[in-house]
Amino acid sequence: MTRPLLTLALAAVLGAAPALADPDPRNWDAVLDDARGQTVFWNAWAGDPRINAFIDAVGDELEARHGVRLNHVRLADTADAVTRVVAERSAGRDQGGAVDVIWINGDNFVSMKDGGLLFGAFAEDLPNWRFVDTEANPAVLSDFTVPVEGFGAPWAMFRMVFEYDSAAVAAPPRTLDALRDWIAANPGRFTYPQPPDFLGTSFLKQVLHMTVDDPAVLMAPAEDADYEAITAPLWEFLDEITPNLWRQGRAFPANEPALGQLLADGEIDIGFAFNPGRASAAIADGELPDTIRTFVFDAGTLGNSSFLSIPYNAANKAGALVLANLILDPEIQAMAQDPQVLGFNTVLGLDLLEPEDRARFEALELGIATLGPDELGAALDEPHPSWDTRLAEDWVARFGVAD
Amino acid sequence: MARPLRSAGWVRPVPALTVLLLAGPVAAGLAGALLPAFGWMPALGGNALSLDPWRRLAEWPGLVAAVRLSVVTGLGATAISLAITLLIVAALQGTRAFALVTRALAPLLSLPHAAAAFGLAFLIAPSGWVARAVSPWATGWERPPDLLILGDPAGLSLIAGLVVKEVPFLLLMTLAALGQVSAAQRMTVARSLGYGRVTGWVKTVLPAVYAQIRLPVYAVLAYSMSVVDVALILGPTRPPTLAVQIVDWMGQRDLSLRLVAAAGAVLQLALVLGTLALWHGAERGLARLGQGWAAGGGRGRGVDKVARPLALGVAGLAGAAVLLGLAGLALWSVAGLWRFPDLWPASFSARHWQGQSRGVLDAVRTTALVGVLATALALALVIGALEAEFRARARPSRRFTALVYLPLLVPQVAFLPGLTTLALIVGLDGQVVAVTVAHLVFVLPYVYLALADPWRAWDTRCATIAHSLGAGPGRVLWAVRLPMLTRALAIAAAIGFATSVAQYLPTLLLGAGRVETLTTEAVALAAGGNRRLIGVWAVMQMLLPLVVFVGALALPALLFPRLKGMRA
Repeated sequence: MTRPLLTLALAAVLGAAPALADPDPRNWDAVLDDARGQTVFWNAWAGDPRINAFIDAVGDELEARHGVRLNHVRLADTADAVTRVVAERSAGRDQGGAVDVIWINGDNFVSMKDGGLLFGAFAEDLPNWRFVDTEANPAVLSDFTVPVEGFGAPWAMFRMVFEYDSAAVAAPPRTLDALRDWIAANPGRFTYPQPPDFLGTSFLKQVLHMTVDDPAVLMAPAEDADYEAITAPLWEFLDEITPNLWRQGRAFPANEPALGQLLADGEIDIGFAFNPGRASAAIADGELPDTIRTFVFDAGTLGNSSFLSIPYNAANKAGALVLANLILDPEIQAMAQDPQVLGFNTVLGLDLLEPEDRARFEALELGIATLGPDELGAALDEPHPSWDTRLAEDWVARFGVAD
Repeated sequence: MARPLRSAGWVRPVPALTVLLLAGPVAAGLAGALLPAFGWMPALGGNALSLDPWRRLAEWPGLVAAVRLSVVTGLGATAISLAITLLIVAALQGTRAFALVTRALAPLLSLPHAAAAFGLAFLIAPSGWVARAVSPWATGWERPPDLLILGDPAGLSLIAGLVVKEVPFLLLMTLAALGQVSAAQRMTVARSLGYGRVTGWVKTVLPAVYAQIRLPVYAVLAYSMSVVDVALILGPTRPPTLAVQIVDWMGQRDLSLRLVAAAGAVLQLALVLGTLALWHGAERGLARLGQGWAAGGGRGRGVDKVARPLALGVAGLAGAAVLLGLAGLALWSVAGLWRFPDLWPASFSARHWQGQSRGVLDAVRTTALVGVLATALALALVIGALEAEFRARARPSRRFTALVYLPLLVPQVAFLPGLTTLALIVGLDGQVVAVTVAHLVFVLPYVYLALADPWRAWDTRCATIAHSLGAGPGRVLWAVRLPMLTRALAIAAAIGFATSVAQYLPTLLLGAGRVETLTTEAVALAAGGNRRLIGVWAVMQMLLPLVVFVGALALPALLFPRLKGMRA
């Protein structure tokens, strides 16, 4: 018994690869050489089968073009991947980490960046960075008010849109007051995911944006603001609508897919999502009835960008860089924006593309329930990530335990 | 005789090794929970003992409700499961229905808890099959009613989900016990004295049987109080059960919450021990009351008229709930648009099966690898331990049996977080090896429970004959005993494999998310509520152990086609 055990222990100790120089994206050919033959572990939220299928398709392309294999580590929550990196560092595993790439944004990104847990800066040195439209999409440079500084490569733009059943809702409520009145008139037909789920917390931030006098205070850390006074109207709003929520607010759906399922089952009439193309894609797949449409608030809805980041101790950094670059490829970006595939909004600027690549985007149909760029209205800035944490904690204390 | 004795050597250390492999991880894991619970976790900079984790645990607003939920669902699920089991055995024993129930046991046992819970959820949700079947013609519901059924604050759905899986387990244990207490003779005497079937059984057989199934009942209680996967699927969320919250804290980015999780784990252990003590006290109280009742001599013949239909109804209801639930899972996995209150999907689609095929196949491979490794190790250890007992001519040791039950009595959520932290420190977390060893801790007890009785019931005269023909103990084991016990070995292996497939928490925690099995993937999808996707994964989760079970039943006849006794 001793020998196998010893071998096992040795393997565990030596499992961490010897320290190699980190790849440099400015020397792209060397990166491609290093990457060939690597298997990249991409940790990505896996709650939507369409996203999983897209990741599989990207993996096929990655292997065909660059000889890099992709392994999708399916996460129920992005924080799981962050936790893994944090745990690895606390156990002293500074090389050969298990996470190569994380699909990330918001407080997860900020906490990793601030904690020195990210490899970078790399994004602005990627060959395909030249296609990214940083003027039209300022969120790719500043995530939740925090400068990205190349520690994450953007890959999709998101906007909160409300999804409603036009067969049941004649005139969708386009202001917070209208929503409040609609909920009162239609008890049991609206709800939001249970914070600290990200979509549920986003709903709280959306309401806060609508009730605060000057949204500029939300751009600074919550500790610096008069938190009680600023959030009082938010809690007032929630207290008012809760008795008329789905299940009288005694239970909440767990997350975005669960909320979408309630809409699909006809248990609610208005839901919401961060992907403006989700409803159209779900209708195309027969998961939502074709009477579902989307709308936004007249005053705008939250908008943000999603990133690919590489942990400081990733085992396959070169392969991770190749993936981050590939996903900015116009062909892949056009595939992601196709409502039949994902309906994600691209981060690229069409005027920066070659004519044949621009044609790929122009050929895409919007989808039956998707709003055109001119109908999406204003994108509201995400508050500083400290608001996420504080609002979610407060929600749990106020609504998290049945009385 | 000198030769056989000498060659007995190799199995001698096996029982000790088995105990070490069972108790070692449990003890290490408990230590790994106890120390951090008092603030000692050097990897996170905790070097001084403090009560801080406990203070933070106490500050969690959901604590009181979560503790109450744990105790109520545990006691409720155990009492109801036990009552149903005893009712079925007392009222139906010897009937055709009973033979049917017995035959349904094996597939029901091989069904993972999570799959059964998913099926039940699809059935009883306000938009589920039951509501669809009676809508809109009987209820007027054109849309799903706004009723809080899944995740109800009292945990009733959770209790129901546990009961449908615990009744088959307790039934199997009771059936095994009946043979050991000469139940048939007791009943003959009771019936000849004019006792009704149910009353006679309860008065003469139950006291002896209960002593035999006490440990399984305790295992059910400990499991029901601390289960995570079923609670994630059917349990409440405001707040969740204590066990679910502990796992949540384990996964948080803020690592200091792991200390709070450790305090929670210790609290969960204390709760289980306290509730077990409570149950034990209730047993004694009931036994005292029962003595007077039994001595009273009431024949209770009228009871049978009520008990039989009741037992049939309850058994039928539980069976139908599981079967319909699974059928619902399978149907959702191929459904296109399926709106309320349609009883049947408007269109069908293989899209989810195609889309998931790559992930599903990967997960099947990992699940099968871990399951086969853990089962093979468990079989080798159990055979070694039983053979050692046989060669030493020892009688089954109560202490050994109790130790085998240890991993089933200590809540998983109390010792697995600590074990995970240890695995992380030695760098074994996220490896198949770590997951396999953790699975072994739970697979071994079930393999032992399945194999011990047939092993001991083997006619030892076969060994005597083989010895007289010149075979040593090794040859007797390999050439006579194991082949003769093929059927028992195959079924024990199938039960072990099914146990491994069903493991959620050990896979999740020790696999660090990198070892993905059918169960971890299916439960990860639970929160999303995408029925088609859940359907695909739950159907696979149910099929894999079932296929192994069918194979196990067919194996004896395949290996020994000419032997009549090996035919199923």
